[in-house]
Amino acid sequence: MVHEWALAEAIIKSLEGVGEPVKLVRILLGELQNVDGEILLFALEELKRGTKLEGARFALDLEPAEFECNACGARWKLSDVGVGEAEREAMHFVPELAHAFLRCPSCGSPDFKVVRGRGVRVEVEG
Amino acid sequence: MDPRLAVIPERLKRVSRIAVFCSGKGGVGKTLLASLAALIAARRGLRVGLLDLDFNGPSSHVVLGAAPAPREERGLVPPEVAGVKLMSLALFAGDAPLPLRGADATNALIELLAVTRWGELDLLVVDAPPGTGDELLDALRLLKRVEAVVVTTPSKLSLAVVARLVRLLKGAGTPVLGLVENMGRGEAEATAREWGVKYLGWVPYDPAVESALGDPEKLLATEAAAKLEGALAAAGILKAREASPPPP
Repeated sequence: MVHEWALAEAIIKSLEGVGEPVKLVRILLGELQNVDGEILLFALEELKRGTKLEGARFALDLEPAEFECNACGARWKLSDVGVGEAEREAMHFVPELAHAFLRCPSCGSPDFKVVRGRGVRVEVEG
Repeated sequence: MDPRLAVIPERLKRVSRIAVFCSGKGGVGKTLLASLAALIAARRGLRVGLLDLDFNGPSSHVVLGAAPAPREERGLVPPEVAGVKLMSLALFAGDAPLPLRGADATNALIELLAVTRWGELDLLVVDAPPGTGDELLDALRLLKRVEAVVVTTPSKLSLAVVARLVRLLKGAGTPVLGLVENMGRGEAEATAREWGVKYLGWVPYDPAVESALGDPEKLLATEAAAKLEGALAAAGILKAREASPPPP
């Protein structure tokens, strides 16, 4: 999976405007986006060269995905429903495709919200 | 901090022009005209992309015909059909329904714009969804340099809604390249004048289009394509922009 490189590029770009020297960049990875942490870290280390982030360390945290059904109110996790490899791969690029592939395990509705664990968030510590 | 927003301008850096085909009203033929416009521009030798933003009912891939999945290469490289680089959620979701609420549609758009590597394009054609909801507003906000091609039918039902869209676009400061009348014979020309919008021309209802869907060669041979080509020329979007002169 090479989306990690696009993501690393986005993270480095988004931090270009940070004024203070950055020591630590915390990256929260949503389970739904299925990012390969090792590849992401490798890409970040490569891409940070020659930028303000040269001296920064990157820390990754995984946020498990949780869903809430808009029809019946049930709360569920990704592990409660079966997801094929092709579907996981598609959600890796656009997590909203979950609405095409997943259904509420209680009532079968495709109308649900992703409560947590959707995308990627970045926080910096100076 | 949302890292995706920072990379969108980078992804669009080498795209010269972005034309959004919009109408405010459903069923007027936006998808057909947007897809056909992309095919016509590609035949003229332009480097063209087509972005389908009708997330709930994507269908530009039906107009263009079978498209392979996007290729992964530090993001997603759109597949090319008849010289047009196509990006649509249908390339991933297939025929499955994709019920997206507002915030989800916004996120899907941001994600698509952040991962798609269009490369060098003379023209990116955007097929907007009906209405003036999240996808259109987000497209105007995130794509920034968009120009609008407004599509209508001659029906009062369409014109009443399209009038609102034109006011919205003008209020938002989005350049309106003009109005294309679909399935008509020039009836909407006077209305365009009233609105202070350039009338680009009309495209007739052409029964040959239905059987040509999915076959770019056949589509380009229809009367609809010939008339649309005139309208696109009037909009000035069939020429590649001159490259900027090299710095002294």
